[in-house]
Amino acid sequence: MANDNKKGLSTNSNAYTLIYAAVLVVIVAFLLSAVASSLKERQESNERLDKKAQILSAINVNDSEDVLADYTKYVKKELMVNINGDVVSEEGGFDTDFKMAADEDHLPVYVCEVNGETKYIVPLRGAGLWGPIWGYVGLNDDKSKIYGIYFAHESETPGLGAEIVTDKFREPFKGKDIKKGGEVVSVAVLKKGNKAEGQDQVDAISGGTITSTGVHNMLKSCLEKYRNFLTK
Amino acid sequence: MSELFSKQNKEAFWQPLGKNNPVTVQVLGICSALAVTAQLKPALVMGIAVTIIVAFANVIISLIRNTIPMRIRIIVQLVVVATLVTIVNQILKAFVYDVSKELSVYVGLIITNCILMGRLEAFAMMNKPWPSFLDGLGNGLGYAKILIIVGFFRELLGSGTLLGFNVLNYECLQNIGYMNNGMMLMPAMALIVVACIIWWQRAHDKDLQEK
Repeated sequence: MANDNKKGLSTNSNAYTLIYAAVLVVIVAFLLSAVASSLKERQESNERLDKKAQILSAINVNDSEDVLADYTKYVKKELMVNINGDVVSEEGGFDTDFKMAADEDHLPVYVCEVNGETKYIVPLRGAGLWGPIWGYVGLNDDKSKIYGIYFAHESETPGLGAEIVTDKFREPFKGKDIKKGGEVVSVAVLKKGNKAEGQDQVDAISGGTITSTGVHNMLKSCLEKYRNFLTK
Repeated sequence: MSELFSKQNKEAFWQPLGKNNPVTVQVLGICSALAVTAQLKPALVMGIAVTIIVAFANVIISLIRNTIPMRIRIIVQLVVVATLVTIVNQILKAFVYDVSKELSVYVGLIITNCILMGRLEAFAMMNKPWPSFLDGLGNGLGYAKILIIVGFFRELLGSGTLLGFNVLNYECLQNIGYMNNGMMLMPAMALIVVACIIWWQRAHDKDLQEK
């Protein structure tokens, strides 16, 4: 291709090898950056749309035909609260997400309205077996009972840990109480047969123990950050 | 036309699907055969993705094969594969986000697939683009074939489903004592299923048996 004109040269000489490597790298670098920058906008808008679809899943709006329309229909405010539970901003929650761990003064909360009732959605972020796991939990207006929940993962094992995205795993969370006696205690994810002390529980995935524990810890640590907001 | 589908070219395509299968005979690409076959769907997607990438990487390497300095040929091959995979991934992300989400880690895994490097080094480096393309296609499909067989048995016996649809999870079956075998979902069982296929193939094909 680009180097065909050098056919006459000895392809074993040092100079040829060096120049060949340099030219190849420049071509590849140019190609990759051209592709990346020309597609960036599309990719970002896809990611934002996907995130909105994920948030909607936490209030049980699944497989939406028009995500944007549904999002504006249900999600009324994208709040930011601080660790003390005070609202610091009425907007911008959507864009600050996932930086949560770094900044405890800008925790996003989505306020939604479903059939006239207020729901709160809190983002979750934690670690699975192979990579990050995340999700959104939708709470009723008492900020206590789980209304809906969404989980996603980057690289959990198909058939095992990856089962956290299925309805079968998510369904039992609905109606569970994250508070006991006014305190935020989260919901335990435990192997069948084990009993949690002083909190509601759901069954872990058999064979997906580490991912299930990841979900357990993720719920606990993320809800802990929102403790003051949730008990207000 | 007769030249395009000469006996040699046909062999380049058909050999890897049967007698010279990359997984069961050359024992390449085993690592990904373990990783993605717990369910049928990822196995299918991975098979298609690898087929496309091997075919095109083969063509590109074959086109520039006379210019590649021998001493850095492996690096050049790697760069071509990695570039191809990255570009495909970017395009998927921009235009079919759902598919790219589904593929997620598998796209990255393609780069490390030994079949790719094996075919580039063994075939594309010394053959013309068209036979290289057929060879890539054949090897990709040969790989996909094994992945699909393994994925089929692992999902059916491990989860009782196929492509996510319920096949065996019925009460009447459970009442007579049938249980899904969770072992099938473990990577080790993929190796055992692959071994069974190798056993079957060698028993049927006398050419493959050592004297």
